[in-house]
Amino acid sequence: MSTGATVTLTDLTRMLRESAGEEEGVDLDGDVLDVSFDDLGYDSLAMLEVIGQVQREYGVRLPDETVADADTPRALLALINAGGDLPGAG
Amino acid sequence: MTRAVVTGLGVAAPNGLGTEAFWKATLAGRTGLAPLTRFDATQYPSVLAGEIKGFVAEEHVPSRLMPQTDHMTRIALAAADWAIGDAGADLRRLPEYGMGVVTAASGGAVEFGQRELENLWSKGREHVSAYQSFAWFYAVNTGQISIRHKMRGPSGVLLTEQAGGIDALGHARRHIRKGIPLVVSGGVDAALCPWGWVPQIASGLMSTARDPDRAYLPFSADARGYVVGEGGAVIVVEDAASARERGAPRVYGEIAGYAATMDPAPGSGRPPGLRRAAENALADARLTPRDIDVVFADGAGVLALDRAEADAISGLFGPRGVPVTVPKTMTGRLLAGGAALDVATALLALRDGVIPPTVNVPDPAPDYGLDLVTDRPRDTAPRSALVLARGYGGFNAALVLRRTDDRPYDTDERTTACPQAPR
Repeated sequence: MSTGATVTLTDLTRMLRESAGEEEGVDLDGDVLDVSFDDLGYDSLAMLEVIGQVQREYGVRLPDETVADADTPRALLALINAGGDLPGAG
Repeated sequence: MTRAVVTGLGVAAPNGLGTEAFWKATLAGRTGLAPLTRFDATQYPSVLAGEIKGFVAEEHVPSRLMPQTDHMTRIALAAADWAIGDAGADLRRLPEYGMGVVTAASGGAVEFGQRELENLWSKGREHVSAYQSFAWFYAVNTGQISIRHKMRGPSGVLLTEQAGGIDALGHARRHIRKGIPLVVSGGVDAALCPWGWVPQIASGLMSTARDPDRAYLPFSADARGYVVGEGGAVIVVEDAASARERGAPRVYGEIAGYAATMDPAPGSGRPPGLRRAAENALADARLTPRDIDVVFADGAGVLALDRAEADAISGLFGPRGVPVTVPKTMTGRLLAGGAALDVATALLALRDGVIPPTVNVPDPAPDYGLDLVTDRPRDTAPRSALVLARGYGGFNAALVLRRTDDRPYDTDERTTACPQAPR
């Protein structure tokens, strides 16, 4: 649990693939930083699953309300790397 | 009344993956029963199963569906693809709301469910997959097939254990009669995990034999219980007129009759309901026992249940009055997939004019009065078949299938004003 580590786009795409798979016709290795998760083929349940993996791997707490607004990889990475609500930090 | 015909089959069975591989193995008498490998069953009294070999899910299921599907649903999705492909590629011309999905299920996706329960109790709730919310559910095969093929017509799931495959087809026919052009039906089941295993053992009906060739012996005096397998068949049912209109490449046969009954409560003194289901299905098809060329029996492999079924068959058809077969001796009982596979097998038998054999029962008990097709296929050119199934808990179901090659797409001959010339 490296609460101080920076989560990169590579980390995020790996977790997207592991938790929710990759939509046919979408290349997560392409220029996806500002593409909405919706356009990448991920519904709310897929995002719930991915967020779960992020929280487990990086020990970061990501409240549902804030996650809902992070609709692109860039926005979500910013939220994750801002530390969210670190366990034991509050 | 409209006629419901079968235009597509997709089979996944322990002795053959894909319709033709399964049919070839079945005619050759090749069994899929063997010691369980999916999990360590050595601590349980029953150690044999019919496992599907060589199924690589990633070859059949899109990446996005992999994390959210159980083994059972992945097999169902593959079989549905095959069945729909078999029915012809122009399904897109049919309206989304004119295509439904009605499948059979038993306990749902228990392997997925077991894994997530293990995650819950050993690691905590944050380790439970969000997909558990629906992936375990017994309607999940219907749902995933419906979503994948954009079939938004009337859909559902029937749970009558081993009778489910027939009940699903009976329900599919109801939708066809109400004006729905196409229903994807049948059933695929897979419960080869401890959570799926333990309740079956508790029934006391599972075989505890160690030799796959001596474990599941329906209608033998040595019957000692059944073996469980995984798989089943997805079956495309269509309105005959609609199938003709869209130019469906083939018609396997007509669902000519269907009936279901419940057994009376134990101790009531009334007879079991299987014979009544068969009689009602024949009446529904407007056929008599003389018109039936082969019976695909439920074949429980349990002495009392075999006796009850033999009484029903020989009572209806007379002693040794009709060829009877139990090809599921090569696959095991597939729970909700079992009767669907039997229906697919019966349709292939009608297509090729050959009755597949019952294996490992060379000497059926003579006092059952059954003409069991043993050892090798019988080339008797059957034109009609009765498929019987019983589900744990008192479910009985019967389906009458009939070749339609003399009028493949004709509407009901009883009401057709201008009959077509025989082909």
